[in-house]
Amino acid sequence: MEFKTILFYIFSTVTVVAALRVITARNPVHAALFLVLAFFNVAALWMLLQAEFLALALIMVYVGAVMVLFLFVVMMLDINIERVRQGFWNNLPLGALVGLLMVGEMAVVLSGRYFGLANLPPQNLPADYSNTKELARLLYTDYAYPFEIASVILLVAIIAAVMLTLRSRKDNKSMHPADQIAVKAKDRMRLVKMAPEVELPVAAAKEGE
Amino acid sequence: MVSLSHYLILAAILFAIGMVGIFLNRKNLIVLLMAIELILLAVNINFVAFSHYLNDLSGQLFVFFILVVAAAESAIGLAILVVLFRNLSSIDVEDLDTLKG
Repeated sequence: MEFKTILFYIFSTVTVVAALRVITARNPVHAALFLVLAFFNVAALWMLLQAEFLALALIMVYVGAVMVLFLFVVMMLDINIERVRQGFWNNLPLGALVGLLMVGEMAVVLSGRYFGLANLPPQNLPADYSNTKELARLLYTDYAYPFEIASVILLVAIIAAVMLTLRSRKDNKSMHPADQIAVKAKDRMRLVKMAPEVELPVAAAKEGE
Repeated sequence: MVSLSHYLILAAILFAIGMVGIFLNRKNLIVLLMAIELILLAVNINFVAFSHYLNDLSGQLFVFFILVVAAAESAIGLAILVVLFRNLSSIDVEDLDTLKG
């Protein structure tokens, strides 16, 4: 057996086991960590497929940003695990049936001789081939417009995430710049008209003593 | 030799695991989001495998865009989750019945 084949089987076994643990783990923190493991192994598989840039992007973007966000939220929320786990296995028969059916059908279609998928030769790239360079060339020429749309999607996601979780607290002492700029002199100083002070009569003053 | 169908079957298994995860974790919205991430990962494996075996880089670019959309989706989903937990003190999907659907 070729060394790359052995590596493929190791990585895919770990990926599948980690994915199974993601959906069955009791503690959501453990589920998130197993998802990190699955992402790492899939990144290794992509390395085998010579997609180096995406493999590294998966680790940096997914493990570095998205999964940390998940862990952050999981640890911030105080989840009642007992209540969440109630009736956990009730849905297993239906779910397992659907899942096995899907895998079985896909395996029949994909592993058979009907589509000639097994005969496709893997590409042999020259040693000085740069996956990142080729991706960048495509990304900034043919796919420049989708690339800009992707950046807009990310911007919308940032604003949405901030606005959803933003809340103004009652004891907030921040100032509104617009109000500060629009302030007038009469808002700051108030002129009060009042009667001049009246001197006490002498008799009343003496009683006071 | 590892053929294309090996990768496609691995992706199918991951996809099915994600589906079963959605069935199992009906009460836990966080693990539900993680199952969606697994499904997206399976799709990405398909794209990368086809891109490699057909010698066409467009598949890898699509993975790039799927990563963008998935990151945006999970960021907004988690933000909604935090707001939900603040209001309901629960992340059970069955508590989300205020619309009486």
